[in-house]
Amino acid sequence: MSIEFRFAVNVTPKPGILDPQGRAVEGSLTHLGIEGVSGVRVGRRVELTVSADDEVLARATAERLASELLSNPLIEAYRVELLEATSSTTSEAQGAG
Amino acid sequence: MSVRIGVVVFPGSNCDRDTTHALALAGAEPVELWHEQASLDGVAGVILPGGFAYGDYVRAGVIARFSPVMRSVAGFAADGGLVLGICNGFQVLAEAGLVPGAMLRNRGLRFLGRDVRIAVEHGDTPFTHLAGPRRPLRMPIAHGEGCFFADSETLDDLEANGRVLFRYVREDGTVAGEVDDPANPNGSLRAIAGVRNAAGNVAGLMPHPERASEGLLGSDDGFGLIRSFVESAAAAARAVAAARAGTAVEVATR
Repeated sequence: MSIEFRFAVNVTPKPGILDPQGRAVEGSLTHLGIEGVSGVRVGRRVELTVSADDEVLARATAERLASELLSNPLIEAYRVELLEATSSTTSEAQGAG
Repeated sequence: MSVRIGVVVFPGSNCDRDTTHALALAGAEPVELWHEQASLDGVAGVILPGGFAYGDYVRAGVIARFSPVMRSVAGFAADGGLVLGICNGFQVLAEAGLVPGAMLRNRGLRFLGRDVRIAVEHGDTPFTHLAGPRRPLRMPIAHGEGCFFADSETLDDLEANGRVLFRYVREDGTVAGEVDDPANPNGSLRAIAGVRNAAGNVAGLMPHPERASEGLLGSDDGFGLIRSFVESAAAAARAVAAARAGTAVEVATR
């Protein structure tokens, strides 16, 4: 029985890496009349579903995808976050209910 | 017989025709290599042209890295084959780890299409030996993500080992600054516009020599780089042919 694991992969520029997008966002805050905000870093969030027998296997797939494709280790860090796990039998049971 | 040079065509490449045109002007026989083909058709050198391979989704160059043709290009490079990446092609090479560094968003956030001046740091490489006496070279850039980045250790290593091939310079030839210097329009660290790998057979640069390869285009300063590549690939092809002939003679005398 495979389980559907929903992950979010959060990719952010590594500390010290120039982030002109973050700087541009920060620069626009005064136009909004917002004060006291600093350290804006703009990254990317990718959500995806992995079918696997257990969370360890599913996470390994998500980690591989995150490290090889979704982020560049020279300039970006990533964090894999489990959002939800749904087993197919559970969803069938819910469907029957 | 003219030397056969491969030009990889990804979905979204847009300088492949300019590149084949410049190669033909330099006397080579350009061979288009479709991204889904694993064979390099026996070419003597490979150019990855500019464009927006696979839409530049996720990061410029990263999806192209996993294409069948790139696996073959990586093998070709590992065997000492000459590979040149121009603009998006440089980004693909960097993502594939075939040249050092990564390209960040331009410091000013904008896509830039205009002429720049670059200095040739080393005129004795397969990519630059026919660059000609004119310095600096003027040719266009056209990119949104061209800010060369590597950590300072890597940058020191590149400089110490002659692996910085091109730098953005001002009109008078002095090296551009990193911040707020129009001569280094994307803000590349140490004004690096192009690098090569440790073995010296793979190089990439952000400016477009193929778009500055005849007077009609406003500058032919880039043609020396195209000619360097063609001549170097032709020399490599001759060496391979000679080695084969030598083997054949050996076999025949046995």
